[in-house]
Amino acid sequence: MNNYTKNIRKISSNLLEDGRVDLVLGFKRGTLPMASVPGIARTPEEAQGFVWDTNCRLNLANYITDQKEKIGIIAKGCDSRNIVNHIMENKIPRDQVYIIGVPCTGMVDKNRIRALLDDEIKEFKEEGEVILIRGAGQERVLDKEAYLRDNCKICTHRNPVIHDDLVGALVKEQKIEDPFRDVAAIEAMEGEERWNHFEGLLSNCIRCYACRNACPLCYCPACFVDESKPQWIGKGQDPTDIRTFHFLRAYHCAGRCTDCGACEEACPMDIQVRDFTRKLVKDSFEIYGWEPGLTLDRRPPLETFKPEDSDKFIK
Amino acid sequence: MKIIKIDKNDWTRGIDKSRETYQLFGPVTDSGQSIFKQLDKNAYPEMGGTNSVMSPKSVLFPQTEKILAASLDASMENHHIMQRPAADYSRRAVIGIRPYDAKAVRLVKLNFDTADYRDPYWCDAHGATTFVGLAVNQPSAVDFSISMGSGPFGEEGLDVLLVDLEDHYLAKVLTPKGGAYLSDAGFDAAAETDASLTTIETMQLAAEAAITTTVPTDRLQEKALLDLHGAPFWEDLAFTCINCGTCTFVCPTCWCFDIQDETKGKSTSRFRNWDTCMSPLFTLHGSGHNPRGKKTQRVRQRFMHKLKYFLDKYDQGTMCVGCGRCVEKCPVNIDIRSICSTMNAYDPKDVA
Amino acid sequence: MDNPYQPYPVRIDDIEIATKDKSLKTFKFVFLNRLDEVRFSFRAGQFAELSVPGVGEIPIGIASSPTEKGFVKFTVFKTGVVSSHLHNMKVGDIMGIRGPFGNCYPWDKLEGKNVVIIGGGFAFTTLRASIIYMLDPDNRSKFGNIDVVYGARSPGMLLYRDELFGWEQRDDINVHITVDGTDDPNWKYNVGFVPAIVEQKAPGATPATYAIVCGPPVMIKFTQPVLEKLGYGQEQIIMSLENRMKCGIGMCGHCNIGKELVCKDGPVFTLKEINRTPREF
Repeated sequence: MNNYTKNIRKISSNLLEDGRVDLVLGFKRGTLPMASVPGIARTPEEAQGFVWDTNCRLNLANYITDQKEKIGIIAKGCDSRNIVNHIMENKIPRDQVYIIGVPCTGMVDKNRIRALLDDEIKEFKEEGEVILIRGAGQERVLDKEAYLRDNCKICTHRNPVIHDDLVGALVKEQKIEDPFRDVAAIEAMEGEERWNHFEGLLSNCIRCYACRNACPLCYCPACFVDESKPQWIGKGQDPTDIRTFHFLRAYHCAGRCTDCGACEEACPMDIQVRDFTRKLVKDSFEIYGWEPGLTLDRRPPLETFKPEDSDKFIK
Repeated sequence: MKIIKIDKNDWTRGIDKSRETYQLFGPVTDSGQSIFKQLDKNAYPEMGGTNSVMSPKSVLFPQTEKILAASLDASMENHHIMQRPAADYSRRAVIGIRPYDAKAVRLVKLNFDTADYRDPYWCDAHGATTFVGLAVNQPSAVDFSISMGSGPFGEEGLDVLLVDLEDHYLAKVLTPKGGAYLSDAGFDAAAETDASLTTIETMQLAAEAAITTTVPTDRLQEKALLDLHGAPFWEDLAFTCINCGTCTFVCPTCWCFDIQDETKGKSTSRFRNWDTCMSPLFTLHGSGHNPRGKKTQRVRQRFMHKLKYFLDKYDQGTMCVGCGRCVEKCPVNIDIRSICSTMNAYDPKDVA
Repeated sequence: MDNPYQPYPVRIDDIEIATKDKSLKTFKFVFLNRLDEVRFSFRAGQFAELSVPGVGEIPIGIASSPTEKGFVKFTVFKTGVVSSHLHNMKVGDIMGIRGPFGNCYPWDKLEGKNVVIIGGGFAFTTLRASIIYMLDPDNRSKFGNIDVVYGARSPGMLLYRDELFGWEQRDDINVHITVDGTDDPNWKYNVGFVPAIVEQKAPGATPATYAIVCGPPVMIKFTQPVLEKLGYGQEQIIMSLENRMKCGIGMCGHCNIGKELVCKDGPVFTLKEINRTPREF
């Protein structure tokens, strides 16, 4: 058991024991290799089921929207930024969450690791920065760093930006030369090529809305795709409707997206959903110098006006 | 029992020949995903692959299907009168369907082909389709089909069962429909029946032995429906569900649908689209009242439908064939295997 | 029906504003093909899908009685997309009807029995059909006493007012009209919620008396204990339920209550049957 897991269990148990929280949100071992999935503990005993490894890809801030109970929450850098978003957007008061911060060194890309074996992965083991995977008759030892998710590779906020406790010492933040290289590559495409790029991304979309539902930002009581008066978009597999959903969802995340990657993690069709949100992450950074979820002291740029704000988009 | 031997060297030629009389559907890789699709002229079913992400249910029940159409132009004859558009129900064959997915078709048939009503779209497609299955020699870790009354070599719902023997297939002809397909494909080399059956049986035993997951279902029927519905475990079980529709869409037996009109200019079409009981909209009344407004109620609905309501209603086993797709694709790994075990073991006396 | 999704084409023959606030209108439809009227043969208590091409469909109880020939009537509350559109349609417009769907009130069982009809608000439509059906000269002798308790928020919100006041004058049916409240000093009927009026006016239970209840969930919720107090058994209380539905033929999966489908196994259930379901309605 790694130290993070040990400390998560200890801190969670203590909180529950002392009655300082009603429940703790963390990750538990799923029923498949490489599945560490959200789970809750309401008792110190249940907290012994918590784990921490490099498969804790989902964002737990997704579960605290409008909750009434006092919640302890395990938060890596991106989760903590979404908790800040939630507090800023009045989805939960600061004093209703007890943030157990996890300095994070990144989560691995399950699809790239799966693709390494001909057969399915039967066992996944992690020792420090080294990963071992085993299939039927095959075995590989991997350097974790080489298999990080794309968003983790360029993450510059691995440490929780807000926390009430920490499960380990803060880690060194990465210095990324050019964090938006992926966006620039798409921007550089000619119109038709760019169109085809996004069309290709969506060709397998089944509109299950897992991307939306895994996203802590998507908490609207009625999503625009579900409204009937007026009905904004069709509900079938018409490509225009599928596009409209993804484009509009991305815009609803503008200036709010922390690039946590939960959307991609949840997608059953392995669509690179981040390609829709990344451009807006870049724009909010370049135009407003804004990285969402870093501070409780400044209102987001899209809800404030300054005379010196860029108005290039109007021209 | 007639058994045909198909040399793999003859496979593509036979597939091509069958295209003259059948539209073909099969598993193909699209953007890195294995999906059942209608095969283009040059495409061949990928027989050796892993379990397809999406089940073949879409061959009979497309995610979006135009069921009616009308003109809204008052100057046209029959304006505003909905009629069924012409569709192609010529012979089609699904090549490489897995046995549990074929069993799923049989279960879905109970919904669409009833004594009172017959869904003409599903039934016409079903009648036109020949199911050429491929036995699963190496079941995946999430395959629990044996527990659900199917199995890697199950024959229910199939017209032909192909068994892969490295350089050739043995094709068990299960129905006249299956025989007709093989004959159109030019696969006519009869194999010696007894020896072939022995070979197949040996392989079947090996494949079945490779499935290590057992999910108990034996006590579901005797449980009182309201006891299970009122069981205390649903709340915690549902807590992590994000309420997306993945489980229902990848499921080969989930058949629920929505009906929607779409209008372009003066012509309108009525579509049916897959729907999901995970969505709050699924049960929302016009008044705003929602009998399953809470996530827990919706999660409970899905599992109760599959593992209890269906069982009680039809007495044909569970509405799950054990393909494992939902286990693998659920973003939060909600596992029907453990839920089924929990339900099967539940005794209200233990709680009280 | 070859294709249960294909509506019978109908023409709107008449539209009547049914309540003072204009939130309900009664539509009278005539089948474009005479044979379709025969195919649409129904019994009181069944419903149909009103089908507006380009807009969608809504399930609505049939408000006319099978004894009324040449047309079918539906009273529609303006609430969602389809009903709002329907309220803007005009006499002469062409649309569709699919059905009839669902079971009906248990007429075979009700023969020779006393029938108490309890309705509230705009859920009185299939009850109107039932009353017309029972009062038909060919049918009246098949039933014992007929009592009706019907209430609405205010006098102007009562449906089928002319018929209602007409029935009130007759001696082969006991009608108890009530409103939640009124400022009309000449109001000569009851004031009070339906459950209270049921308690005061409904006949006591006998083995040969059945109550048919149709109304908003809150009315049903409070009427049930009153009936039980009056001695009605679970099999003598008959209710018509609603749930969101799409297909009407038991296939789309929307309207289930446990293993029962409201559209096909219902919408009419006895309380005994309902108590065996998880009551998700």
